[in-house]
Amino acid sequence: MANTEKNSYTVLFATAMVLIVGTLLAFVASSLKEKIAENKRIEKQQNILYAMGVNENEEGSVAFVAKKNVESEFSKYITKQLVITGTEVTENDKAYLIDLKKEAAAAKKTSYQRRLPLFIGKKEGKDFYIIPVRGKGLWDAIWGYVAIDNQLVVQGVYFDHAGETPGLGSNIKERFFMDDFIGEHIFDGDTFKSIAVIKSNADPKNLNKTDFEVDAIAGATITGTGLATMLKKDLEMYVPYLKTIKQ
Amino acid sequence: MGLLSKKDAKLITDPLADNNPITIQVLGICSALAITAELKPSIVMAIAVLFVLGVGNVIISLMRNIIPSKIRIIVQLIVVAALVIIVDLILKAFAYELSKTLSVFVGLIITNCIIMGRFEAFALANSPWRSFLDGIGNALGYGVILIIIGFFRELLGSGSLLGFKVLGDAIEKTGVYAYGYENNGFMLLAPMALITIGIIIWVQRSRNKDLLEEELVGHCDI
Repeated sequence: MANTEKNSYTVLFATAMVLIVGTLLAFVASSLKEKIAENKRIEKQQNILYAMGVNENEEGSVAFVAKKNVESEFSKYITKQLVITGTEVTENDKAYLIDLKKEAAAAKKTSYQRRLPLFIGKKEGKDFYIIPVRGKGLWDAIWGYVAIDNQLVVQGVYFDHAGETPGLGSNIKERFFMDDFIGEHIFDGDTFKSIAVIKSNADPKNLNKTDFEVDAIAGATITGTGLATMLKKDLEMYVPYLKTIKQ
Repeated sequence: MGLLSKKDAKLITDPLADNNPITIQVLGICSALAITAELKPSIVMAIAVLFVLGVGNVIISLMRNIIPSKIRIIVQLIVVAALVIIVDLILKAFAYELSKTLSVFVGLIITNCIIMGRFEAFALANSPWRSFLDGIGNALGYGVILIIIGFFRELLGSGSLLGFKVLGDAIEKTGVYAYGYENNGFMLLAPMALITIGIIIWVQRSRNKDLLEEELVGHCDI
């Protein structure tokens, strides 16, 4: 056995260890990369379908369309995918792959015209307009999908997060929170109001659907405020388009 | 004579009670406070640490004769970090839903000083099999406490267990809420987790007086 106390041995050991571990991690990461990307793509489709009410929810649970059916359900229910650029509206069946984070970063340059994806779904003769949103929670990114009908009333939402506090902020993806949004109005007549997440809400059972607010989660103030800001900022960009669909 | 010799069996049973990593050695407190607001993450974290500590202890033990002592802490850190990253990637590829549930916990495993503690205190000086048992034992001891805390915090703080409303509906006023019972929101915050750990330590020590004289050594601040 070599003398493990020698400096040369230490350097050699460190180098070998870094090489071995580095190679191993790089190998694992690159061999699983495609599978992970595919999972994320499927998840996006599941989220979009979830927002428009195509899901396998039972009482209290959040359940997506099964993985193997996603592709067919997605093409069955999502009839159109649009990209809104300024006043121009184009169809693009890859719109759901647009990375909101990159779009928001690119839009900081004044020369860049941000592309806004929007998905139109049809279920039981009813049209759903599904808008992706993305913002900041307490620790990390939060995002989601908001489905509204042609009366500009929310029909369903899906929220998710990268790293909100378990048991507190992470509850934005629980049924009791997301279901509160269903039926809420986001326009007061012609004025865009969005939906706020309010503590000391006088309406904890959420019976009033035109108060433009839902009940906040206790202990998750910053996540809730972040979520409300995300809705306001991101839905606002769609206002000109939404006004054209209102019936 | 069972599957394990008496000495080996002690490696598993000791950390469960009289040498528990949380209540006796006061290690791994950070994660015990952070993730125990609900029962489910507590269970998931317990399983994740079981895996990382079991496998990590074996790897460190196999390498114990070739690790230069000057950089042993860094080597241990690399082993934990690499294991955690590999687990995270595999979950993302093959069990995506589960990896969503785990979210931040996987990363938190690295900061758990029980793992580094066992590498340093046990695996560096013992055979792979004994190190494996020690890892499993300590992870179980950690997990048991986590699950106890998670149980009480979710039950008293949210009135539910694993998401099921076992005490009735707080808003509809059914179950015990009909009699004026209220959830204690304070249970969901970290200070109550610390107080719960304190109560567990109290109960454990009043049942076993031998533990009282023991000096607390080797606690860490993470």
